[in-house]
Amino acid sequence: MSGHMNLTLKVWRQKNKETRGKFVTYKADDISPDMSFLEMLDVVNEGLTRKGEDPIYFDHDCREGICGMCSLHINGRPHGPKEETTTCQLHMRSFHDGQTIVIEPWRAAAFPVIKDLAVDRSAFDRIQQAGAYVNINTGGVPDANAIPIPKDVADEAFESATCIGCGACVAACKNASAMLFVSAKISQYALVPQGQTERYSRAQAMVAQMDEEGFGSCTNTGACEAECPVGIKLTNIARMNREYFTAKFFKQEEAH
Amino acid sequence: MLDSKIPAGPLAEKWSNHKFHLKLVNPANKRRFTIIVVGTGLAGASAAASLAELGYNVKAFCYQDSARRAHSIAAQGGINAAKNYQNDGDSVYRLFYDTIKGGDYRAREANVYRLAEVSVNIIDQCVAQGVPFAREYGGLLDNRSFGGAQVSRTFYARGQTGQQLLLGAYSALNRQIHAGKVEMFTRHEMLDLVTIEGQARGIITRDLETGAIESHAGHAVLLCTGGYGNVFFLSTNAMGCNVTAAWRAHKRGAFFANPCYTQIHPTCIPVTGDHQSKLTLMSESLRNDGRVWVPKTVELAQKLRKGEIKVTDIKEEDRDYFLERKYPSFGNLVPRDVASRNAKQMAEEGRGVGKTGLAVFLDFAEAISRLGEDAVRAKYGNLFDMYYQITDENPYKQPMRIYPAVHYTMGGIWVDYNLMTTIPGLYALGECNFSDHGANRLGASALMQGLADGYFVIPYTVGDYLAGLGFAPVDKNHPNFEKTRLEVEGKVKQLLSMKGSKTVDDIHKKLGHIMWEYCGMARNEEGLKKAKGLIQELRKEFWSDVTVLGENEELNLSLEKAGRVADFLELGELMVDDALNRRESCGGHFREESATEDGEAKRDDENYSYVAAWEYQGDNQPEVMHKEELIFENVKLTQRSYK
Repeated sequence: MSGHMNLTLKVWRQKNKETRGKFVTYKADDISPDMSFLEMLDVVNEGLTRKGEDPIYFDHDCREGICGMCSLHINGRPHGPKEETTTCQLHMRSFHDGQTIVIEPWRAAAFPVIKDLAVDRSAFDRIQQAGAYVNINTGGVPDANAIPIPKDVADEAFESATCIGCGACVAACKNASAMLFVSAKISQYALVPQGQTERYSRAQAMVAQMDEEGFGSCTNTGACEAECPVGIKLTNIARMNREYFTAKFFKQEEAH
Repeated sequence: MLDSKIPAGPLAEKWSNHKFHLKLVNPANKRRFTIIVVGTGLAGASAAASLAELGYNVKAFCYQDSARRAHSIAAQGGINAAKNYQNDGDSVYRLFYDTIKGGDYRAREANVYRLAEVSVNIIDQCVAQGVPFAREYGGLLDNRSFGGAQVSRTFYARGQTGQQLLLGAYSALNRQIHAGKVEMFTRHEMLDLVTIEGQARGIITRDLETGAIESHAGHAVLLCTGGYGNVFFLSTNAMGCNVTAAWRAHKRGAFFANPCYTQIHPTCIPVTGDHQSKLTLMSESLRNDGRVWVPKTVELAQKLRKGEIKVTDIKEEDRDYFLERKYPSFGNLVPRDVASRNAKQMAEEGRGVGKTGLAVFLDFAEAISRLGEDAVRAKYGNLFDMYYQITDENPYKQPMRIYPAVHYTMGGIWVDYNLMTTIPGLYALGECNFSDHGANRLGASALMQGLADGYFVIPYTVGDYLAGLGFAPVDKNHPNFEKTRLEVEGKVKQLLSMKGSKTVDDIHKKLGHIMWEYCGMARNEEGLKKAKGLIQELRKEFWSDVTVLGENEELNLSLEKAGRVADFLELGELMVDDALNRRESCGGHFREESATEDGEAKRDDENYSYVAAWEYQGDNQPEVMHKEELIFENVKLTQRSYK
C-alpha cells in the first residue's frame, strides 16, 4: 500500500449552458489511495468552500456503481483508467504521486454541459420514452410462471438490461453515437417473449428518436464496448441493426 | 385522534372488502384530477405509471437527472413474494407472519397481511414488463431463501434486483410520459407542501438547474421520497437521499411515526478515514459461510492495527469467534441487529481490527478449505470482487473486514390503511412511510413494499378520496400558494446569506457522529439526553457559523446540501426524543435499560405495543406524541431468542 499523494488537477469549469468553459488548475494534496475518485473531489471541494470559492459541480448519487449518475472524462477516458469501473468505484490507488489528472465532462452535442462537469443526458430518457417498454397496464397480467423463458435467453436479456445509462458509450465514441445504449434496451425486449408483439415498431421508434436527438452514426470502432463500465457487448448493436432492417422490410406498423 | 381506518372483518378478507367499499372515480372523470408524485423510486415510479394508466393526470418529480437513478436502483438481494412456486410450504399467511414477527410486533396486522397478499401480483406484473428475473433450466422462475427465511420465496436478478425492478417501473413511467399522461420534472426538489383549508393541494419545488422556485397544484400529493438514513452522514443510502420533502410535510401537519426505528446492516465495508462519503453494503448472505472474529486480547488487536503482526500470525486459540461463542445455536447467522451490536461492542472493547479499529473480521478460510476456492467463488464471486476493488485486499487470501452501517429506516410519515397521512390528500408510500416493517425490516421486503404501495394499493385508495372532492381544479392563485412560495424563497435567501467558517459537511459529519454514538443500535437514557443537548448546540452552530456559497440561479451544491442538513438537524432531535420515550429494546435497536438477565434485548409489550406518532408544534417547541395502539388478533407475541 502506497502513501498519500499530491496531485495536480486540470478541471473543466463552466458556469452554465450559455457561457464558455475553461480548464482551471487545482492542487489536491495529501490524497489517500483508499479514497474513491469522487471522495478526492469532495476533499478538493471542501477546501474550495473554505476559501470561499465555488465548488466543482459533478453528477453523482449512489456511489456504488449502479445508478449511472456519475460521469467524468478522466485523462481522456470515460470513467477513468480502470476497465469496467464507474468513476465512483475508481480509487485513487489507480493514480500515482505527482500525477496531473485532466477532468472533463462528457463531450457530445446531444449532451450539453449544464455546469462544470455535469451534462444534460435527458436525450437518453426521451429515447426510452419512444418505445422502451411493453404496452401493458398494471393488473390483468398472466401468472409469472405462465411465461417460461429458457435460462440462457433470460440470462442474455439480463446482460443487456444491466446498462446503467451513464452515457460513457457516447462519450467514448468519436462520432458521439448512442448505438450501444439504444441497442442494449432493444435487445433486452427483442430476446424475451414479452417484447415480441411490438418488437419492430419499438426498434423503429427508438432509432428515430435517437437520430432526432443528434447522436452520431456507428462506424464500428468498438470504443463504446471498451469503455462501458458494466460490460455491455457490441453484439447488441448487431442485433439492433437486424431488428431495425427487418422492421423496414416487413413494413410493420408506423412507429408511434 | 389517530384513526388507522383498518377495515373490519377477518384478516384475509379485509383488503377485498375494503376495495369494494372504496368509492370509485368514473373513467371519464379521472382526467379532471391531477396527482403529484414526489420521488421516482419503486414506490413513486410504480404509482405514477399506474395512476396515469387509470386516466389521472400525473406530475412526477425527482432530484436526480433521470427518474431511473432513484436509490431503489441499488438494492441487491431480491424481492419476496408468497408464490409458493417451490412447493415448500409458503403462503400469504406465512409471509404475513414472518414479516410481523420480523418487525418484532410493532407493525399493523392488516397492513402487513395486505402486503403479503399483493406480493404475488407484483411478480406477475414485473415479469409481464420484461424484468429479467433469474430462471431455472426449465424456464420457470428461480427462488432463493433470504435473510434466514425457512422457505425460498425471494425472486432475484443476480445481485441487481433493485436495478431491474426500478427499470421495469421506469419503463411503465416512460410509457405514460410518452402518452402525455405524466409530466416529468427531473432535477427538481420539493421544498414545501401547500395546504388549503387543511387539505394537501400542491407543492413548492426548486429547479436545481435554474434555481426557479415553482408552485405545482394537484388534488392529491404522494410522497415517495425514501428513507432518512443520511441523518447519520454515513450510510448505504445514495448521497442525495434526504428527508426534506417528508420533513417539510411534517411541519405542515403530517405526523412522523417511530423515527427512532432504523436498521443497521452488519456486513458493510468499513470506513477508511474522515474523507469517507458513504458506505457500501455487501449481501448478508456472506454470513452463511464466513466466520466472524476478532483477536482475543486488546494487545493482539493493537499490534495488528499498528501493522506489527499480520492477521495470519494470529493463532487459532487467540481468535474469538464471538458470535459462535455467545449464540451457539445461530452462530454467525444471528439477525442483523444482534450481529451489528456485537461488532460495535468488540470495537468498543478495543478489539476491533483494521487501521481505524472500527471493523471485525469475516473469515472464509474455513469455507475455502471445506468447499474449495472455486465453490466459494461461484457463490460469492461478485461480492469478493467488489470488496477487492474497494479495499485492495484479496478476500480469498485474508479475512474480509466488515462493520455495521445504517441501511434502512423503518420509521417515517404516519399513514392510515389507505396510505393517507394526517393531512387529507397527502399520502406517503414506500420507505417514506412507517407502515409495514414495524421495528425491523426483513431482507427482500423493501422492494416488495415499495411496489405494493405503488402498483396495487394507491390506485385504489386515492380514488376514494378524490371521489369526494368535486371536480373543481385546484386554484393556483389561492393566497396559500404565494405565501408558501415566499416562505421557501425566504429560507433559500437566508441560507445563501450565511458566510461562516464551517462547511455544511462539517456540521453533517458531527451530526452523524452524535446519532451513531447515542441513537444508533444501542441507546440509553443518559446518552440520549446528552445527544439532545449536543444536537441543539450543533443546530445553533449551523445557523450561526456555516458557509453557503454561490447564488440561487444555478446548480448550487452548497445550497442543496445546506437545506437538507438543516432538516436533518431537526429530525435528529425528534429521533432522540422518540428513542428516549421508547424505554424498551425492540427490533433493530437495543435500549440498555431494557435487557434480559444475560444482556439480550427485552421487548416490553405491556407498555410499548404502540406506534409513536409525533405532531409538530412550531419551531423549537417539543413535539406532541400520539399513540396508535397495536392490536394483535391473529398472531401471538413471542420474545426472540437466538441463544
